[in-house]
Amino acid sequence: MKCYFDHVATNPLHPDVLEAMMPYFKEEYGNPLSLYELGGKARDAVEKAREATAKLIKAKPSTIVFTSSGAESNNFALRGLALARQANGKHIMVSKVEHHSILNSARFLEKSGFVVTYLPVDKYGIVGPEVVKSSITKETTVISIIHASSEIGTIEPLKEIVTIAKEHNILFHTDAVATTGNIPIDVNELNIDALSMSAHQFYGPKGAGALYIREGVRIVPLIYGGIQENGRRAGTENVPAIVGMGKAAEIAIRDMEKRMNHTQRLRDKVIDAFTKIPHIYLTGHPEKRLHNHASFVVEFIEGEAMLLLLAMKGIYTASGSACSSKALKSSPILLSIGTPTALAQGSIVFSLGEGNSDEEIDYLLEEFPKVVVKLREMSPFAKGWEK
Amino acid sequence: MKFVSNVKADVTADVVYMMCPMHLLKLDEMIKKIDKGQILEILTDYDGALEDIPGWCEKTGNQFIGLDEDEDYYKFYVKKTVNSQKQ
Repeated sequence: MKCYFDHVATNPLHPDVLEAMMPYFKEEYGNPLSLYELGGKARDAVEKAREATAKLIKAKPSTIVFTSSGAESNNFALRGLALARQANGKHIMVSKVEHHSILNSARFLEKSGFVVTYLPVDKYGIVGPEVVKSSITKETTVISIIHASSEIGTIEPLKEIVTIAKEHNILFHTDAVATTGNIPIDVNELNIDALSMSAHQFYGPKGAGALYIREGVRIVPLIYGGIQENGRRAGTENVPAIVGMGKAAEIAIRDMEKRMNHTQRLRDKVIDAFTKIPHIYLTGHPEKRLHNHASFVVEFIEGEAMLLLLAMKGIYTASGSACSSKALKSSPILLSIGTPTALAQGSIVFSLGEGNSDEEIDYLLEEFPKVVVKLREMSPFAKGWEK
Repeated sequence: MKFVSNVKADVTADVVYMMCPMHLLKLDEMIKKIDKGQILEILTDYDGALEDIPGWCEKTGNQFIGLDEDEDYYKFYVKKTVNSQKQ
């Protein structure tokens, strides 16, 4: 049996998405800027995708800028907004549980003369409004806080922080790569200025992302060149991928509730079973978390070893973020929520998708405890623990 | 170059940080949307607009009123003096 439980890393392409994309790899290969019919068809396809993508977050189509990925959207947002506002101040704030594309963009800005506050989080990974409030200075221009962490699943209560930001005329961006297309989002209700998303997180293709930018908000481009994307992001549009993103957005709107109910039921089975195993702890918030996300730290053993043994049984999962899977170091996110270093080594994340079945979950529930026992038997750290 | 201040515009188009030639595309788009006699304000940080926008006015016959400078961008004022198909 092959079981894929790593949907925060990526998702399989929905068959209808592939079908929608195919003509734009073949006969409809035009450049959207070309004036003849072939270009017009590509242009119409991109605009149709923009409408669908905007609808996913209840935004106007004109506020969507297509990019190549969630990481590009995050780079574009943080750097572009900070640079556009630098005449007003050079202080920005990001949380300690951000994705590398935000943290490294913040470090780039730091080296370029900006001051960055890395906001601490509580034991669930939540950024407290009081911390935000007390960290604001007269120079603060941008706050960026992730909507939900792909490592610990916690969904941040953004609204209160956005209200504080607005009171101080500070722009607010959120990295919503893990949430867009997976849970309902209304950018106007959240009152945010910018939001990053990525198509392959909701069964669309890789190579397509987008940045929502509220009407009237200025942003310095990340990629200079022509007038694609209303003069905000240069480069000939990746038409097939954008079309795929639009189709995936349409399907996400249609199937979201069904997907959420299905994966949440399976997730709860995993959480209920695994938290009964001694010395295993759920990470992230027990309720305010992604409906498809079950993350744990397992005492006395290493995440990598669990992954390898599970993979040998056809179970594919992750230890920490996809980006840090090769880094062989403790997850900064787990450390930031107060996990001791040794325990953080035993991180494991199961993220579920619409294709997962009860049979697959039952297989996981049967095999995972055996893997834990086997590794603990070999572990020098388990000495003293009752095997 | 004619510098002006306190011009009251009827419509504003903000293309600050948008890449060239968005200032001309937006100018063309917006001028079609306003009435003859109305004033359009274009905000841009693009230095090339200093030549492009007066040149566009000369070519199309619309009146270039002048420009004003903000901290890090220009404000160009164009009065629609030629009838064009309204969009």
